[in-house]
Amino acid sequence: MSRVAVLKGGRSLERQVSLASGARVEDALERLGHEVVGIDVGGDLFTALHDCAPDVAFIAMHGPGGEDGTVQELLEVLGIPYTGSGVSASARCADKVLAKHALRDAGLPTPDWVAFTDTAFRDLGAGQALDAIEQRLDFPLVVKPVGQGSAIGIKFARSAQEVPAAILAAFSYDPKVMIERFVAGRELAAGVLSGRAGGAQALPIVEAIARDRDFYDFTARYDIGRTRFACPADLDAALAARVQEVALAAYELLGCYGFARVDMILAADGPQILELNTIPGLTGTSTLPQAADAAGIDFDELVGRTVELALTRARSTV
Amino acid sequence: MSFGDERRRPPRPAAHELERYSALFATRTGRMRSSVMRDLMAVTDRLDIISLAGGLPDTSLFEPRLFTAAMERIADGATAAALQYGPTDGLQPVKECIVQIMAEEDTRVAADELIVTTGGQQAIDLVCKTLLDPGDVVIAEGPTYPGAVPTFCAYEAQVVQIEMDADGMQIDLLERTLDQLAAEGRRPKFIYTIPTFQNPAGVSMSLARRRRLVEVARERELLVLEDNPYGLLRYEGDALPTLRSLEVPRGSRDGGEFVIYVGTMSKILSAGIRIGWVVAPRPVLAKLNLGKVSSDLCSSSLTQHFVAAYFANGDWREYVNAARETYHVRRDAMLDALAEFMPAQARWTHPHGGLFVWLTLPDYIDTTDLLARALREHVAFVPGEGAYDDGRGHNAMRLNFSSVPEEQIREGIRRIAKIVDEQLALYGSLTGRHGAAPADDAANELTEELAPVLELPRRSGEGARRSRPA
Repeated sequence: MSRVAVLKGGRSLERQVSLASGARVEDALERLGHEVVGIDVGGDLFTALHDCAPDVAFIAMHGPGGEDGTVQELLEVLGIPYTGSGVSASARCADKVLAKHALRDAGLPTPDWVAFTDTAFRDLGAGQALDAIEQRLDFPLVVKPVGQGSAIGIKFARSAQEVPAAILAAFSYDPKVMIERFVAGRELAAGVLSGRAGGAQALPIVEAIARDRDFYDFTARYDIGRTRFACPADLDAALAARVQEVALAAYELLGCYGFARVDMILAADGPQILELNTIPGLTGTSTLPQAADAAGIDFDELVGRTVELALTRARSTV
Repeated sequence: MSFGDERRRPPRPAAHELERYSALFATRTGRMRSSVMRDLMAVTDRLDIISLAGGLPDTSLFEPRLFTAAMERIADGATAAALQYGPTDGLQPVKECIVQIMAEEDTRVAADELIVTTGGQQAIDLVCKTLLDPGDVVIAEGPTYPGAVPTFCAYEAQVVQIEMDADGMQIDLLERTLDQLAAEGRRPKFIYTIPTFQNPAGVSMSLARRRRLVEVARERELLVLEDNPYGLLRYEGDALPTLRSLEVPRGSRDGGEFVIYVGTMSKILSAGIRIGWVVAPRPVLAKLNLGKVSSDLCSSSLTQHFVAAYFANGDWREYVNAARETYHVRRDAMLDALAEFMPAQARWTHPHGGLFVWLTLPDYIDTTDLLARALREHVAFVPGEGAYDDGRGHNAMRLNFSSVPEEQIREGIRRIAKIVDEQLALYGSLTGRHGAAPADDAANELTEELAPVLELPRRSGEGARRSRPA
């Protein structure tokens, strides 16, 4: 049995979700017989890690700081094995635009987009290109902060008039925003787990169904009762296999490890990948644990194998 | 590769609902929603944030020796009673303290006309519990106390908000709304108002409007829920009478009382002791008391004994006076900083008391999103949308000046102003593409009147993102 530091909380806007994920992971680790030290990540992280000297760190953080390679880099420096994707895969997936470039280059489906920094708008007059962008992508458009997880800061623009305020809002969350073609379709999430013996497996597909037939927003994502999830999603076998195949290909392409959740829209012509979450929610209402459960992997086992994989990777790289 | 090789039990039925508990929730929980703001505010736990978001009194002003003295008094004479259940309507000595507090605002009540509640919040909850059936209409100010909106929603009320100006709720608008509702066959159960130093707007209802509101309530036989947490925290201007004190004296031929009055110890002694009270017409009071039995049997005996001991030990007004002086200086610091740092497009209220300033920005700035940006600068405020139940308020914010020292208020406002400037510049470069001023600017040609600060037009194109149940 190992001493496991569970890193949770932090300063991202998904702090609350992370605290819930962390608490649930700690419970599971204790049931598995590990010695558990919970760390609410702040300015004293280095000292806290030094003092507890863990065998492995379970990163239960979401959003910037925890999911984007920052904490992973620090753990690499300290030589502490950690769960989930490594630094480069974390950084690539956390930046939705980098991830989309990689997917597009590899021929995997993802909606058309254009991305800009606030500097481009302010200093280079990119605002003048908005008309051209709108023509190219067509309405409605989705405006997203590039580095935010979950659905935070996402706005929909149905007309040119709504675009500036949507961009302004997205810039509140990130200095880089993406304008993406809106793809209508069912909202799917495919969990992917690395296997103990190498390779990876796609879990049963989860479908998020908004109760009020509204856009799936940040509130809905965390509010019990506002969105219902179906698992496995009601898809015919061939389509489900295609969706899983796409998710698995994206996971491998971006070099994810341990686990990840691939968010997709099932459009008329097949799945379109929106983003990859390298540390998906692990709360009682999160989709990855539920999908794993549907595949016969209960939460304790999910947590246990994630820790084992972290140790395996550390051994193989020494 | 598939997951089949690790499968240990048969797959669940298709379309199995993962949301295991949702089928068990009461319908009304559909309207109890957490908000983006709550998640954002979780970040303000971090100590290094200058929070202008609270509604907090500064309890560090309370001298520890006074706390010790009160507790010693309890230990000497009332240990067993303080640790015991108490009467549902509250301890008699506490009621007598409340009579004194209300007399300070020239509002005469008898001790048996009130019940002690667990904070003013419970009083609001009990009034809703007693009066509201699902679908009933509650009238409130727009904006209104963000903490009351979830309570109204929990009882499935329809909240109709009446716009305010510098003189508080516009009573002519109220009367027109009441006529309109009557024409639709709907009769509101009560009108919720914070007439003095309103939360969040900071404005106070004029004397003429107070008189008219009390008349309207009597003419139409509607109840007014007067919430008065801040009345004693006045920094300038003359005191205004409470609605309760303006009612026709009991026993007169006109008869009938229509004001339910809610008070709290939170801003004059302590928010942590959770002691408030409600004064109501006797038949209503009896029902409120029954409602309280099912809620919590009685408010904390220990903290009620604390109140009684504190009042017995000395003059409670001294602490209120000290707090008032401190908040006055802080209010001035906030108004000065706003004047110094905020761009011309920002408008704000000038409160004569209380704890809050309400600031309004151009329509295209969403303050919930802006809060995310503000948190990166380690400063927080309350986004305005929580003060409305109809999607308005998205471009406003509530700023609290009571809970942080002057230099932090100044720095906090400086940081907020900086990001507002940044957003204005960005919007300019985004809309400059057509070479014409954005349409929104016309709406922001504001006069120096306070009225436009509070009149928030419904957002054009307000659509799917924030749709709310009808």
